[in-house]
Amino acid sequence: MEPAAVVTLIAVVLVILALVVYLVAVILELRKITAGLDAVIESVGGILKKSEPVNGVVETINQDLSAGTDLLEGLLDKKAGQDDAAGLVESLYPGSGASVLERQGRSGEVKNIDEVYTRGAVQLARLGRESPLGVGAMSGAALRDATYSSAAARSIYTNPSGPVADEPGGSRHRPRSPVIGTEAGADGGTQSGEPKSSDG
Amino acid sequence: MTLWWIGNAVLLLVIVPVVVILLRGVLHAARETTQAVDGLRPVAEAVSNDLDAVELLNTTQEQVSQTVTVVANYGGSLDTILEDA
Repeated sequence: MEPAAVVTLIAVVLVILALVVYLVAVILELRKITAGLDAVIESVGGILKKSEPVNGVVETINQDLSAGTDLLEGLLDKKAGQDDAAGLVESLYPGSGASVLERQGRSGEVKNIDEVYTRGAVQLARLGRESPLGVGAMSGAALRDATYSSAAARSIYTNPSGPVADEPGGSRHRPRSPVIGTEAGADGGTQSGEPKSSDG
Repeated sequence: MTLWWIGNAVLLLVIVPVVVILLRGVLHAARETTQAVDGLRPVAEAVSNDLDAVELLNTTQEQVSQTVTVVANYGGSLDTILEDA
């Protein structure tokens, strides 16, 4: 055999050896990949199965919540008027008043209900005057416990146990009622720090 | 004969190295894919476990429905108590 033929044979054998070695290694790796993907697919199947009812349930929840929102907004519209309803929603959830106006088919600036709260205050006062307790008979057992019924109101003060003194030995007094409205401070007093009566 | 030797040289110096380089590239890519799949498995299992709470959505749905019903009843009472604007 000629030397050139021997070299050719050696080269071909080398190529075939390289092909065999590397392709077998690739096949082994692909088998590992297949096994890994089988495990992953099992988990993905679990994900699909578990998430299958999500859309329907969430849509139902959204429908229920939308019905509740529509109901409350309708009630607000009816009781407070469209302007004040949007303002009231805005005061509770900043940024939501505009969407209320949009659902009302209106546009413009949402009324600042924090400043214009007269109607709400009137409603609260009306509840006090015209509540079922207020129209009850004047005779008979007392409906209101004169001793303990103020506990809830007194609990809003810093010292609900009773009168306090500003300095040791000083005169004792009960703190004034907390201030509401635009002049109210964070602690229930006025912004200047001096408590102010809320009977206005 | 000279051409044969030249062919042998090309086979040994060019074709064999190129084949080896290409096959090593394929093997490297396959090994990287194996690592990626191995890393994907715990993630998929964790996501599947995280979705166990999805079943609670049914309870949430019932609770929301009941809450909206209560709110509707409460709204009806308010409608009776409060005067219209």
